[in-house]
Amino acid sequence: MLRQTEGSRAVAEAVALCRPQVICAYPITPQTHIVEGVGEMVKSGQLAGCEFINVESEFAALSVAIGASAAGARTYTATSSQGLLFMAEAVYNAAGLGLPIVMTIGNRAIGAPINIWNDHSDSMSMRDAGWIQLYAETNQEALDLHIQAFRLAEELSCPVMVCMDGFILTHAYDRVDIPTQAQVDAFLPPFEPRQALDPAEPVTIGAMVGPEAFTEVRYLAHHKQLRALSLIPQLSEAFAKQFGRDSGGLIRSYRTADAETIVVSLGSVNGTVQEVVDEMRDAGIAIGSVSMCSFRPFPLTALRDALGHAKRVVVLEKCLAVGLGGIVSDGVRKSLSGIQLKGYTVIAGLGGRPITRASLKQLFEDAGTDELEQVTFLDLNADVVAHELEREQLARRTGPTAEAILRRLGTVGPRIGQGHP
Amino acid sequence: MAAAPADAMSQQKPIGGTAMFQVRIHGRGGQGVVSGAELLSVAGFLEGRFAQAFPSFGSERMGTPVIAYCRLDEKEIRLREPVLEPDALIVQDATLLHQVDLFAGLHRGSYILLNSTRSFGELGLSDFTGSFRRARLCTVHATQIAIEHVGRAVPNVPLLGAFAAITGQVRLESVIAAIREKFPHVVAEKNVAAATEAYATVSKLRETADA
Repeated sequence: MLRQTEGSRAVAEAVALCRPQVICAYPITPQTHIVEGVGEMVKSGQLAGCEFINVESEFAALSVAIGASAAGARTYTATSSQGLLFMAEAVYNAAGLGLPIVMTIGNRAIGAPINIWNDHSDSMSMRDAGWIQLYAETNQEALDLHIQAFRLAEELSCPVMVCMDGFILTHAYDRVDIPTQAQVDAFLPPFEPRQALDPAEPVTIGAMVGPEAFTEVRYLAHHKQLRALSLIPQLSEAFAKQFGRDSGGLIRSYRTADAETIVVSLGSVNGTVQEVVDEMRDAGIAIGSVSMCSFRPFPLTALRDALGHAKRVVVLEKCLAVGLGGIVSDGVRKSLSGIQLKGYTVIAGLGGRPITRASLKQLFEDAGTDELEQVTFLDLNADVVAHELEREQLARRTGPTAEAILRRLGTVGPRIGQGHP
Repeated sequence: MAAAPADAMSQQKPIGGTAMFQVRIHGRGGQGVVSGAELLSVAGFLEGRFAQAFPSFGSERMGTPVIAYCRLDEKEIRLREPVLEPDALIVQDATLLHQVDLFAGLHRGSYILLNSTRSFGELGLSDFTGSFRRARLCTVHATQIAIEHVGRAVPNVPLLGAFAAITGQVRLESVIAAIREKFPHVVAEKNVAAATEAYATVSKLRETADA
């Protein structure tokens, strides 16, 4: 059924349709509306056969999820930002134990400085924890990916994070098609755990493993993700057959066939990128874009096939590997090993800075004439940076950086779009 | 999604905007700015259009400046940037005139809808609004209408009624249907009355101005 609703509500409805048996979560902006939504549905009886467990922290939320999943229950949780960091130890454990938990990440920056706005720093910090990571481009895709995620997680016995841009998607009212229970039931069979704690047939889950077997267990975790490289597209195709729309998959290419410049990005920004691609195509510029849905496993071969013919690749990422540059770019370059082309990393949208068509168009034009630096910070306010560096040269006790920059900028609240003017 | 040929697209574009209709709503925390944008998107959706509403993502508190956006289009909306060049601006609180760059990005064809008992001239805006089309400028006493019908100073819903009257982008019936979808019955009917009165007031002003 078509509905105009908030992204968080759409995800809550999707999760409920997946018939989870245990949900435990701790609220943190911007994912709060999702767990509030499923919580209400459990309380009202709309989501039957599910226990909603209130916990005291994110660490407890995922720890309870681990216990519930190990007991054979289909288990769901959600978090964001510092909440994900606080559960970090359990994040690794869930994957190491091979428990098919599905967790939504309402993507948000990590402090300090304190910032509640969107970027991908949170989920990227857990990229090597062993979870599959899928990134949604729209609210429809966020809804759809949750349905696929439970099946993917349970077929592989591996946890899955569905990442959706905080506020930009979680708080946006958009048109979504919410499937029927019968459609979801036909796609997602009841959970048949590969391992389950059962008093009638006692086993241990979580043994101590020494040097004699640790490598083999880790290798099998890697092997599982490599299997996901073929399973993710298969599930996306099966989903299209059942629901009549394309969602998920490893990557999606847009106007790339004859493109000289290809922009790679994750998540909702790809919509704005496509608008700019169309505008530049109208002006005769051979540009296209690739949206990565799967970041873990990293689709090396699919990217190589999609990008290998281009003259240059611009990776637009909402996260920063401090001291290196890009996180996504690193993998993209690996996918192009041995192929000679120009590669650019662009760090954009950090801490919720709007990524505008105007800035992207200028950026892609500069890329087209190869005038970009290896690593570019989109819309960086160079004056503010230069002033702060100069201040630090002139005096020893210059105080905290963030506060000094805020003083220099003056009031920022009233600014339209709250970005760099 | 089949795109129209580039030439046809550019011919359809009205001056100063695109085929998409973009709305920016300014107000203060507690005035229902975000709900207003959401309701407008539901009204657009109920008319079969694509609609996207989203807040300006601040850590809103009572009384602080808040912005929300709504886009209406005939095709799927991919754009995720804030509304930088609004086709319509709704100002829920006139005290923001001195605090926020409300008019950023407006074009000559833009609508300006302001919650005030005073005219643009009385608010000292004649010089600025002189270059806009008169029929697209409107002040309406939305707070009074809200207090009268809803019992609270939430001007968002009456402003949507006024928006429907001056822009014709959505019908009043769709705004009413959106209100009934969003609010529980008693609250909904109070808001329906507020939207209807604002719509009638602004429509009447229009007729008087035309006559």
